[in-house]
Amino acid sequence: MREIAYDDLVKSVKAMVMHTASHLPEDALKAIEEAYENEKSEVAKSVLKQILDNAHLASEEDRPLCQDTGLAVYFVNVGEEVKVVGGSIRDAINQATEEAYKEGYLRASTCDCFDRHNLKDEVGYNLPAVIHFDIVPGDKIEIEYAAKGGGSENVSRATVLAPAQGKEGIKNFVKQVISDAGPNPCPPIIVGVGIGGTFEVAAKSSKHALFREAGTPNPNPDLDAFEKQLKEELNKLGIGAMGMGGTQTVLAVHIEKNPCHIASLPVSVNVQCHSSRHSHITL
Amino acid sequence: MAEYHMTTPLSDEDVSKLEAGDIVYLNGTIYTARDAAHKRLVDLIEKGEQLPFDLKGSVIYFVGPTPPKPGEPIGSAGPTTSYRMDSYSPILIEHGQKGMIGKGKRNEAVKEACKKHKAVYFGATGGAGALIAKAIKKAEVIAYPELGPEAIRKLEVEEFPVTVINDTHGNDLYEMGRAKYEVKD
Repeated sequence: MREIAYDDLVKSVKAMVMHTASHLPEDALKAIEEAYENEKSEVAKSVLKQILDNAHLASEEDRPLCQDTGLAVYFVNVGEEVKVVGGSIRDAINQATEEAYKEGYLRASTCDCFDRHNLKDEVGYNLPAVIHFDIVPGDKIEIEYAAKGGGSENVSRATVLAPAQGKEGIKNFVKQVISDAGPNPCPPIIVGVGIGGTFEVAAKSSKHALFREAGTPNPNPDLDAFEKQLKEELNKLGIGAMGMGGTQTVLAVHIEKNPCHIASLPVSVNVQCHSSRHSHITL
Repeated sequence: MAEYHMTTPLSDEDVSKLEAGDIVYLNGTIYTARDAAHKRLVDLIEKGEQLPFDLKGSVIYFVGPTPPKPGEPIGSAGPTTSYRMDSYSPILIEHGQKGMIGKGKRNEAVKEACKKHKAVYFGATGGAGALIAKAIKKAEVIAYPELGPEAIRKLEVEEFPVTVINDTHGNDLYEMGRAKYEVKD
């Protein structure tokens, strides 16, 4: 059984979280640059320019890209032949999150869902982190991380369609969700679509779909074609950067599918704003 | 589309000449407030009590900044989504507020209040919090420090860049912009 020291895990995750807050990853930057080149509206183009200027400034001066530094969301694949010594993996990730958000001058945005008071003093600074664990073969720990903002979560939706509605029904649902969202989720956006599974599996898949690098093809050729079709359809909505009207609303559509019940076709749409702050490490 | 440089407080005359799509560079004092602070302001108005700042001609920025690094006035400070303020803004506009800065759609009641009482809704670029912070020269918490990032701050701004979304004539840039680029099958 391979061993990883608790403190090493904390150190690695903390460094990743701090870096991600101020450095837009290459894939997102490239996708926005392409949108800037292709945009027909002058107003939207000037917005995209501001977004790119902001990304360069944030990175150079190590400032948070956005004041909404998100909830810390992790997908963690733990190998069956590795264990963490000196504490639990969950504790290590929460500790790393808290230290990174505090020391990086990031905003604590986690609150009680009814009385809305910030939980920073009783649970911890921007805690608890949202952690999705899985057990996989091997002796490694893979951690995918995203700082997920509220504005784009607020427009995300899930439903269960009748199987007969098929791809056409999925397309219509996705289009409706993005059309209703309009300017609110800070377009240009990345659209994660989770299809199949059970209700919660579709939702989780739609979130995980957002972790794929924008611009990389879907390994499934059928889904890849569907993604391209959806992207084209969504860009016809004319929403544009920050909703001011334009041809570049969607940077990418990412789909994950799962086997589902013979009676159901669950579909979930999770929206990612242009500030697609994500990263991953393998230990 | 015109470009203006304006200094707060804003007058009826200032806001009446603005049209959806115009670019405005704001100077002077603006105030920050999100939903929790808005609720408290409206409660004070309903009780007939004094507000922590003068609403007349004021501009309110919907923002919850990141904590400032030592020696800096403010952290990253881009706009939050504005619909959460929709139930409060018409009351503040009725009592003299002239400008709102945020991102995203407003409801009919807000647009109607902008027409009736002469006020405008400005959009700032969401997710450009590092860049926008450069236009904020001073920041001071003047009310509700217990709300943390949601406290009311008095900001001194220079050439703070915004775009007019909803003007005093009933125009909406989001609807106009989308209508121009929407491709119907």
